Parts: sequence; C-alpha cells; structure tokens
Amino acid sequence: MAEIVIRNLRKEFGDFTAVQSSSFKIEDGEFFMLLGPSGCGKTTTLRMIAGLELPTSGEIYIDGEEVGQKPASKRDIAFVFQMFALYPHMNVRKNISYPLISQGMPKSQVKEKVGEVSRILGIEDILDRPVGGLSGGDRQRVALGRAIVRDPKAFMMDEPLGALDAEFRERMAEELRALHDRMNATTVYVTHDQLEAMQMGDKIVVMNHGVIEQFGTPQDIYDKPASMFVADFIGSPSMNFLRFHGEVHAGSSSVQMHHEDLAFPMLQEPFEGDMVFGIRPEHISLTDNAGFRSEVLAAEYLGTTQIVTLRSASGELKARIPSDKKVRAGEHVGLDFNGSTVTLFDNQSGRALRSSLNEGVLAHG
Amino acid sequence: MSSYSITEPSARQKWVAGSLVIAYAVITLLPLVWILTTGFKSPNDAIAYPPKVVFEPSLEGYVNLFTTRTRVTPEQLEALPPPATWYEEIVRDRDMVIAGPSRYGERFLNSVIIGFGSTFLSVFLGTLAAYAFSRFKVPLKDDLLFFILSTRMMPPIAVAIPIFLMFRTLGLSDTHLGMILLYTAVNISLAVWLLKGFIDEIPREYEEAALIDGYTRFQAFYKVVLPQAATGIASTAIFCLIFSWNEYAFAVLLTSGTAQTAPPFIPTIIGVGGQDWPAVAAGATLFLVPVMVFTVLLRKHLLRGITFGAVRK
Repeated sequence: MAEIVIRNLRKEFGDFTAVQSSSFKIEDGEFFMLLGPSGCGKTTTLRMIAGLELPTSGEIYIDGEEVGQKPASKRDIAFVFQMFALYPHMNVRKNISYPLISQGMPKSQVKEKVGEVSRILGIEDILDRPVGGLSGGDRQRVALGRAIVRDPKAFMMDEPLGALDAEFRERMAEELRALHDRMNATTVYVTHDQLEAMQMGDKIVVMNHGVIEQFGTPQDIYDKPASMFVADFIGSPSMNFLRFHGEVHAGSSSVQMHHEDLAFPMLQEPFEGDMVFGIRPEHISLTDNAGFRSEVLAAEYLGTTQIVTLRSASGELKARIPSDKKVRAGEHVGLDFNGSTVTLFDNQSGRALRSSLNEGVLAHG
Repeated sequence: MSSYSITEPSARQKWVAGSLVIAYAVITLLPLVWILTTGFKSPNDAIAYPPKVVFEPSLEGYVNLFTTRTRVTPEQLEALPPPATWYEEIVRDRDMVIAGPSRYGERFLNSVIIGFGSTFLSVFLGTLAAYAFSRFKVPLKDDLLFFILSTRMMPPIAVAIPIFLMFRTLGLSDTHLGMILLYTAVNISLAVWLLKGFIDEIPREYEEAALIDGYTRFQAFYKVVLPQAATGIASTAIFCLIFSWNEYAFAVLLTSGTAQTAPPFIPTIIGVGGQDWPAVAAGATLFLVPVMVFTVLLRKHLLRGITFGAVRK
C-alpha cells in the first residue's frame, strides 16, 4: 500500500481546463473522496492518478515514485469503473484472474488467489457464470474482485455505486467500507453524492470547475466550510445564507441584522461590503421570544426531525427541528441561531472569512 | 390470455405478412432455381419452349464445364476403346472425346485467392484504421474520414482507364496482387466506416480496464476489443467478399489469363461448343457456393451486425 501525493496537477483538453493546479496528499491506507458536481474535474483527476489520462503538467507520486507520465500498466493500481467494465466475453473467474495472468503468475497460484478473493466477496458460487447475466450487486463484487486480487498499491473507484439501485447502494457502501477496513488499502473514490462521501470517506476533497475548494475530514468540511460552494454542496438541506451589507472588524463576534444582534465566532480579519451569514438548518431553533421573526411556510416530516421552511426579512430559511414540536403554516415564530457554528462569507468571492471556528482548517485549505 | 393485444400481430396480419414474405422469396429465388435446374438439364431441355419444369437430370453441363472436347467421326469413335469413366461416356454420346481439362478450375481458384485475399486485407487494415480513428486523436480526423468515404462517391469503374494505365505501367495487369490491391482499395472505405461504427460502440472502459490490469495498448486491442468487434468484423468481411467475389467490370478489363477470375470466364463458356447453357449454369451454380457457405457460417453475426446499435442498451 502507498501514499499518493499530487502536486500542481493540471489537465487541459484543448481550450478547456479540466483540472487547475491541484495539490493534495492521500495518506497510506486512507479512504479518500473526490467530491463535486459533474464536470468539476474529479474523474479527470482520478484518471490522471490511474494513468488513463496524462497530466498537462504537475506531478503524481505513488509510494514516493513520480509516475505522472507512466502508462497505467506500470503504476500497479486497480480501477473500479462506474459501469464496472467487466470483460463481456469472459466468465467471472476469467475476469478476476485476468490481472494476474498479465503478470505471468502460475496457474495454480492464480486459482488459489481467485478462490481467496471470491471467498472474501462471497461470489464463490458464480465463478463459472458469464458476466452478462449477473445482477448489479454481483457485477460490482466481481469488479471489486478483479481490483483486489492483485494487491495493488492503491484503488481508484469512479462512482462505483452510481450504477446500482438505491437499496443495493446502501449495502454495497457498507461492504466497500468493510472491505477497505479489512485490507487497509489506500483508496481514491470519486462521487458526486455528498452523503456517500461523508459516510465513507476519511478525507474529502471538494472540487468545483477544476479547482479544489476544500480538503479535509468530513466533519471539518461540514462544520467549517471554506467557501459558499462547499457550504451549499454539502448537507441536505444545505446551509442557509442570509445576505447583508456592512462592516466587520477583526475581533468582532456579532452583527446587526434587522435590528437584532446575531452572534458568530470571533473574526480574525476585517471585511467591508456584501457578506453572507451562513448557518446550518440544525443550528436554528424556533422560540417564541426570539427577536428575529419569521413566518412558517411549510413543514416536512422526516421521522425524528422535521424540516421547516421559513420566510424572514432576509429571505427564505430552512430549519431542522425535532418533529415533536408542532408548527403550522402561516404561524409567526422567532428564530434563535446557534452563533458558535456560524460561518461568514464574502458574498462576491464566496470565500469564508477567517474566524476562531475555522482558522486551523482554512490555513491549509 | 386476452384475444386483443397491441404488440402481438393478429392472425390476419400474420397471414398477410407471411404471404408477402413468400411472394418476395419466390421472386428472388426463382432465378436461382432456374440456374440450378438449367445446370442439370440437357442442352435441348435447357432451350425448350415452354420451359420444362420436369426433365431428365443430366450431368452433361458439369462435365462440359470442366472439360474441353473434340468432335470425332463415328468411325474414329468406333476405333476407340470403350469409355473408362462415366463422364467419358456422356461426352461420347455426343460424338466427342475429352481433349483435356477446361480452365474453370483455375479461374475459380483465382477468384478464391483474390476474393478472400482482398477481403482479409480490407478487414485487417480496416480494423486497425477504424480503431485508430475511434480511439486516438488523429490530426485532421474528420477530413481523413471524409476523404476515405469520398472514394465511394463515384462508381469505381469511372476510374477504369487511369487504373488500367497505372496497372500496365506498374506491371500489375493480370496479376493476383494487382487484383487484391484493387479490390482492397475499393473495399477499404466501407471497412473503415463500418468498423469504426462498431468499435465506437464498444465502451473504452474495457480497454482501460485491461490497461490497468497490466496489458499494453496492443494487447488490450487484440484481447479485449477484437473479440467484441467480432460481429462487426464478420459482417464487414461478408460485404467485402460479396463485392470482390462478384466484381466483373475490372476483372474483364484487367485480367485475361493468369489472374482471371470466374465472373469474366463464365460467359466465355458459351462460345466454346455452341451455346452451352447447362455448362454456363453449372459454372454459375458452383460460383455461388463459397459466398453462400461463408455467409451461412457468419449469418448469426451478420444479422446482429445489420441491426447493431439500432437499440440502445
């Protein structure tokens, strides 16, 4: 297994820049998520690490060795494709043994390895079936089998759950994570599903328009977003943005909005202009005596919690509150914001302002 | 089961469709039946009017096809020893003796060499070119593809004279190589375009998986892409073979002896011993066999090939 270091990686397709100068480090054994909307450059980044795409510039180190311009076959990594890409003219056993045959491994050893892998994945009884008739989950397992059979330095996975039904996805996500924990293999995983990334990843890189927006643990990315894009992309419903105009100083920790003082973690930089007050729905509570007033538009029941849509003087908001609290549409309520979780953003650039909450995170973001 | 369905055709629709298919089959198969039966008729039956549907079968046409014969006087015939073989007997019944083999066998072999040779070459080059056009960034790709296609925009025979002069200068006239090159040149545009379509439909991920699995680009091509392009290759091969097998005009123009193929040879049979229609028909019948066998062998692929890509998976 290996650590992977990406330095100033860049990829251009003609006039289009798919990835702009990315740098990050994937620790040995980490389950690493490349997250972003489609077209953000995450798959291109993965394909460059795998060697299916050659970078325009920059370096890729796998296990300390610079492999940026090496062909895929020389990098000793495995790749799980979104559509699995099982060889259609071979049965399950041949598919799994194919990477071993290329290395010239003796037949008896290949057989042993395939047997071992199929036991881990629970696919012993389908080894002699053609891949054409397999269910989505089994195809997925065969694709994983083909990837792990060779003990590669790292795994690349391109939305491997994207082609599965919702019910299967959950189970495969668990299986994948369990498999990773068992093998402790460095894994780079591309997804556009923020829930999947939060659920499975040790670290997440959030990309947008070929640029890395933020790099960190799921908790940091959720609680301390580095930009409005990240705040909006992660979390469902996403972070509430209250726009206002004003001036804040380094050291200030509250701002006046509609004659109410709204608190936030102590700022470490001054700013003047259009700003955004960002707060997650679960950090808003409904209280009758709070001064920040709003009108209930709708409530969505989700079991233990409910999502309440509210209209305030600063725009629409969503709050996640316990479902035992009764709210009716049309009702006027006061809102209480948990100031210690708030992030302020520069409305123009979308960048988060440095505060006591996020200072450590933004430093290497 | 309900009696009404929007997807299952009704009994009447089936009947109409069946009749149309049968009518079409009769129209297209009748000439073939005519050729087949004429080959087994005696010369008199072959030109009988009204045509004889029931006749006494004879192998005379086939014997005449493969032999050259000389007419002899009854006295000379008497002097000969009795015929040793059944075909000598047939010939002597017509007051003739066998002078030697005809050229049909050689011409047939030429057709096989040139037809299959050019088919192989077209498909081989076509597959490589199509793969490159499908997968790599080829400079001026669209222009090149159009250029390749443009060779099809006129009937090939329109350039007969330049080709004739070119072949004469290069010493390719009446050679197997010359004919193979010519038919390959005509077929290659079809092969490239057809195969590019097939290869475009094969997801790149398969090769990429092979590259990741430690294979080189060429190994990925022949171990993963080729087996999946088999359908396309088979149907392309059939189309190429049908063209070069049946080609007549260039064969007449450019071959006369060594490399003459069967199509220009068959009509010359007529002149040898009067209008020997059974021999001509026998030659045509045998000539149909290889393409028929080839097509039947590959027919599963052909059917898939024609409808390939029609339905999105």
